[in-house]
Amino acid sequence: MVEWSDSERKTIASVWGKIKVDKIGPQTLARVLIVYPWTQRYFGSFGNLSSASAVLANLKVANHGKTVLNALDKAVKNLDGIKATYSELSQLHCNTLNVDPDNFRLLADCLTIVVATSFRSEFNPAVQATWQKFLSVVVAALSSRYH
Amino acid sequence: MSLSAKDKATVKGFWAKIAGKADDIGQDALSRMLVVYPQTKTYFAHWKDLSPGSAPVRKHGATVMGGVAEAVSKIDDLTSGLLNLSELHAFQLRVDPANFKILSHNILVVLATMFPNDFTPEVHVSMDKFLSALALALAEKYR
Repeated sequence: MVEWSDSERKTIASVWGKIKVDKIGPQTLARVLIVYPWTQRYFGSFGNLSSASAVLANLKVANHGKTVLNALDKAVKNLDGIKATYSELSQLHCNTLNVDPDNFRLLADCLTIVVATSFRSEFNPAVQATWQKFLSVVVAALSSRYH
Repeated sequence: MSLSAKDKATVKGFWAKIAGKADDIGQDALSRMLVVYPQTKTYFAHWKDLSPGSAPVRKHGATVMGGVAEAVSKIDDLTSGLLNLSELHAFQLRVDPANFKILSHNILVVLATMFPNDFTPEVHVSMDKFLSALALALAEKYR
């Protein structure tokens, strides 16, 4: 069972509250597809992903980035039940989407970096530690129903 | 996943922009590593102060970035260029190579906070590849 201090809860709520999903979501997914190009295997129907600029201009990528990031809201609002919160999503990713769960870690890393570009020095070591702890719990939850 | 000509040009170009802040980058990356991945503190039990921005952290951050600078200058052949550093890490320091990935991640986070506009996705991928290649060269002599 994951334990969250009051300070951690505050930090997570504060960071999430300042994240503009419509901006950060698209940037994050674009970075995943550019920095780890093998992840494009899951997006054959998205059209032109042939260059960094194509990925950044791709509307399907942008929309899907928003979808993915919006899903984090459930975890933020339910810190004490993240595993249960993502049980169905985990099954979906395993059984229907057939996504290698290592990709959750790649997305988390890219999200951290995009948040860093946005928050800059406000994203200090302590905030980074809490944020990464939160994302690692999310990643574990999404991996939890894999078989 | 070897470095293309484009990667090398990107790394060199970005390095030229950031080299002036190398010490700050090193200090910040190391500070974050010690806080975000506390298991890395096991390598620094001999330091008096492991807190972010402390004197030993500043000094060592500069040392590490000196190594990165050397790697940039030897980017065409990292394995032979970093042989001495590899021997140091393999035989004396014996840092578990898994930690190279951890430090690399924190360097990237610092670059993102300090150079948000220059650290584009293209620069990000080239720098990530470069740091991975650097880590591989550093691990060359391990076994």
